[in-house]
Amino acid sequence: MIEPKTEAELAEALKSANGPLRISGGGTRDYGRPVQGEVISTSKLSGITLYEPGALTIVAQAGTPVSEIEAELAKNNQRLAFEPMDHRAILGQEGSPTIGGVIAANVSGPRRISVGAARDFLLGVRFVDGEGKIIKNGGRVMKNVTGYDLVKLMAGSFGTLGILTEVSLKVMPADETAATLILNGLDVEQAVAAMSSALGSPYDVTGAAHIPASGHTVVRIEGFEKSVAYRTEKLTQHLSAIGTAEIISGDAHDLLWQDVRDAKALSGAEGDIWRVSVKPSDGPAVIQAVNPTSYLMDWGGGLIWMETPSGTDVRALIPDIAGHSTLIKASPAIRSEIATFQPEPKPLALISNELRSKFDPRGILNPGLMS
Amino acid sequence: MEMPQPDQSILNRKNMIVEKLHSVLPADAVIHDPAETRAYECDGLAAYKCPPLCAVLPATTEEVAAVLKICHAEGIPVVPRGSGTSLAGGAMPTADSVILGVARLNQVIETNYPDRTITVQSGRTNLSVTGAVETDGFFYAPDPSSQLACAIAGNIAMNSGGAHCLKYGVTTNNLHGVKMVMMDGTIVDIGGAHLDAGGLDLLGVICGSEGQLGVVTEATLRILHKPEGALPVLMGFDSAEVAGECVSDIIKAGVLPVAIEYMDKLCIEVCEDFAKAGYPLCEALLIVEVEGSELEIEEQLSKIKAIAQTHNPVELREANDADEAARIWLGRKSAFGAMGQINDYMCLDGTIPVSELPFVLRRIGELSKEYGLDVGNVFHAGDGNMHPLILFDANTPGQLETCEALGAEILKLCVEVGGCLTGEHGVGIEKRDLMNAQYTDADLEAQMQVKDVFDPNWLLNPAKVFPLKDSETRRAAA
Repeated sequence: MIEPKTEAELAEALKSANGPLRISGGGTRDYGRPVQGEVISTSKLSGITLYEPGALTIVAQAGTPVSEIEAELAKNNQRLAFEPMDHRAILGQEGSPTIGGVIAANVSGPRRISVGAARDFLLGVRFVDGEGKIIKNGGRVMKNVTGYDLVKLMAGSFGTLGILTEVSLKVMPADETAATLILNGLDVEQAVAAMSSALGSPYDVTGAAHIPASGHTVVRIEGFEKSVAYRTEKLTQHLSAIGTAEIISGDAHDLLWQDVRDAKALSGAEGDIWRVSVKPSDGPAVIQAVNPTSYLMDWGGGLIWMETPSGTDVRALIPDIAGHSTLIKASPAIRSEIATFQPEPKPLALISNELRSKFDPRGILNPGLMS
Repeated sequence: MEMPQPDQSILNRKNMIVEKLHSVLPADAVIHDPAETRAYECDGLAAYKCPPLCAVLPATTEEVAAVLKICHAEGIPVVPRGSGTSLAGGAMPTADSVILGVARLNQVIETNYPDRTITVQSGRTNLSVTGAVETDGFFYAPDPSSQLACAIAGNIAMNSGGAHCLKYGVTTNNLHGVKMVMMDGTIVDIGGAHLDAGGLDLLGVICGSEGQLGVVTEATLRILHKPEGALPVLMGFDSAEVAGECVSDIIKAGVLPVAIEYMDKLCIEVCEDFAKAGYPLCEALLIVEVEGSELEIEEQLSKIKAIAQTHNPVELREANDADEAARIWLGRKSAFGAMGQINDYMCLDGTIPVSELPFVLRRIGELSKEYGLDVGNVFHAGDGNMHPLILFDANTPGQLETCEALGAEILKLCVEVGGCLTGEHGVGIEKRDLMNAQYTDADLEAQMQVKDVFDPNWLLNPAKVFPLKDSETRRAAA
């Protein structure tokens, strides 16, 4: 395993590499097409380099544990608003998630529906490309249209365009309080209708999930105390035609959303786990067509976590629904057989492949992972 | 402003090219009479002008594809144009280029309230996107000052922001998908109504690429339900430092206003003369706006006022009703117009970390004296997006050049303190040759190789964004 301690060392390692490399942060998100190659780890590139609470920005080296960042932000009552998911609940891997891994996989949680994804909070990156060149893009200011936005391109590129060495992020104040409305016993169509209605209201909903395992459809409101009380009441009235809402807050509330974030309902899955992203109103049709062993809906119905019998090709069951499906958990054999990432239409696949060959001409960075 | 020499062989072929364009477009969609092409000689950066070879106004994606196929085959540069409101020269033509205007692509394709999206053709104006959904209580959040005129196509090209992006984000945060025509005429759909990319985030790099990667003809945008209400509060301070500290304290306290606007004394005075909004004549003025129900507004404003009081404001004025709210906004919203009344001005939009605000304002003051030109400051303080307005007289020989030199100094200052050259206007031609101040050769090479992939012959808006000397070999190879 190669473990560079500085960006310069990482650049040297990439220059002198002569075979494929498997890039690792905390080692908690091993999904995608299995990659053969020597492991190169960012775990020694660790530490917060700058934190300005008054400017809502934090800069950290890619290998910094997410827990370290969250702890530092909490001291100033701030947080990563995009609520990055911890994949350990469903993948069962050990290790500690890193901020570089969060960005490389563009990992976002329930609040994505209201505030945006990891990529929306990413202000700047430094990375080393496949030839060992050090490149920066963006910066540490909230608004920046200086040149192309490679920041977004790097988010979710799973190391295939370069290895992140440093990221700068916009952070947000933590909310004073939060409450969740729970509706009981809705079927999937009613649940998506309820969530759409809540998200289309003026009451600033920051989470909307449907959890068949508990029979709950849940809608979250966050903010200052009086405001949360007001909006909770208004939203309860707003949804009264669909059902009577029970209100929860406090620790049980926080745990509920942590479980939604981490797709905990699928943690005991024996089959494969798929992640499907569609527009919310297509959610029920996906469930009907796939008929999964178990599932969980987040993002108002637009994000579906599903357990299916091993070897099921979910894409073949929903060919006409726009969006994409990713095979998150399956045996390496199945992940070598079924495309783990949604195959792109031909002209886009061409663009993606050419971008990869520009940034990584020798094809040594996580080759094939996003296929 | 240096622009590449036009390709004489293209100029010689004008008649043939116009004829070919006529073969795929209605007669009134090809503009080639020199008297008429002058309408396209510049955009909002009116100091620089050059009429194009011709202009085309396609009305469908297929027509756009047909035009691009011809230009691709003939090797003719294409400059996409939304409404021509760019302040950076993003839509400025060269003499050998075809202007591709999207103004006729202005229809709403689909409004989808359950999924909170709207799909529009890209020539539709920003404000008319909201116009299409506001009777149902929805709105499209990004609100550039030019929103009455500017097109969604241009918003996507420049990744435009606006006063309210502190809460709602800029264009890229509100864009779900596009239909785009590549330079060779291939039509692609990227993204959709769903929330994330299935592979590389191509949409993310297209947004903000200044029309250099493809021509966007349709966009799927996020719409939101309007808040129940909004109310601004006005605060005056006797120093820029104190105003800056107040902004920082508001943000640290966990209040997230939808907008925090700053004006300095020069701007206050000019706006006051022009709009008579009743602003206090102090060193620094903040307008902070919050949203929600009456009760929520009161809760947030009471926190904000309490913070402001700790900084001894010379004025703290609340709006008690919509009229008073409008008066508070009146001066700010007429700031650019007011400045235009008294002078020619150049508007910069460098962005800085908000903690550097007092230092940068002080330094701009010093530079202003050094160069002998007044600089007014009005900007989005919550996100550090400055708008220094350099006042000059275009009729005095040499003043434009002095103004440009001062502008370059100010932008370099923004970069030095950890900021960037442009927060929302784009690079265009205006800041093109300053890019080396912010980026290394490797950084620029990485960006240019993205263009190589989308537009290998460098025909789309070629002389923009990158310093001419850095893009020269690529453009010459075309």
